[in-house]
Amino acid sequence: MFVNQFLFLAAVLFCIGVYGVVARKNAVLMLMSTELILNSVNINLLAFAMRNGSTDGHTFALYIIAVAAAEVGVGLGLVLLVYRNKKSISVDELSEMRG
Amino acid sequence: MMVVAALRVVTTNNVVHAALWLVAVLAGASGQYILLAAEFVAITQVLVYIGAVMVLFLFGTMLTRARIGFDSDLNNSYKRLGIPVAVVMMGAMGLALIRSFGDEKLPVSDNIVSTQRVSDQIFGPYLLPFWALSFVLLAAIIGAIVLARKD
Repeated sequence: MFVNQFLFLAAVLFCIGVYGVVARKNAVLMLMSTELILNSVNINLLAFAMRNGSTDGHTFALYIIAVAAAEVGVGLGLVLLVYRNKKSISVDELSEMRG
Repeated sequence: MMVVAALRVVTTNNVVHAALWLVAVLAGASGQYILLAAEFVAITQVLVYIGAVMVLFLFGTMLTRARIGFDSDLNNSYKRLGIPVAVVMMGAMGLALIRSFGDEKLPVSDNIVSTQRVSDQIFGPYLLPFWALSFVLLAAIIGAIVLARKD
């Protein structure tokens, strides 16, 4: 198995996730794209852990999974709050903080 | 296959379909973890992402969209801008990867990283980040309750 096959898969997933964050308007879909990005980082960490024969990457991957779960929880709470106040979750309409 | 599923996540016009394609991507990532001899991370991925996070996403979808199904108003006006950004980034990363690693192979090892080694890492040298992570999760739970509470 090549190192690059995993790293390329991670890079492709990362770019697709970035495209999703840029192109999507729905806040829930933006959170899903963020999950894609976090998963690509996990694949990278585990590939390098195997390449170097260490276990550190596994620990970091587990921490990333936990942080992603917390992020999704808080993010969806925020989305629900925005929806309750504005009856919409389109991020284009959240312009109150524009100077 | 994972790439196709990921593309469907960011291009489909149906929020529920996007969530289900995301399940396919996460399951594929779990398979990659097993290929990389990381069985505990793969099992955690299945439990946490496919089990818990997807349920959260589906709840979020159903609580916020009155209409489940086809919706043509999901992309914003920067959609055209996103494609060149992603392609340029992919080109740069691909070039860097080819130059750095070429056709280097992974070491063939038949010892799967056991859960015991991972736990020795977490509760040994990485204990302080583990505590910090526990506080992050606690703060996230309390924050989500405070945000979602009707007042």
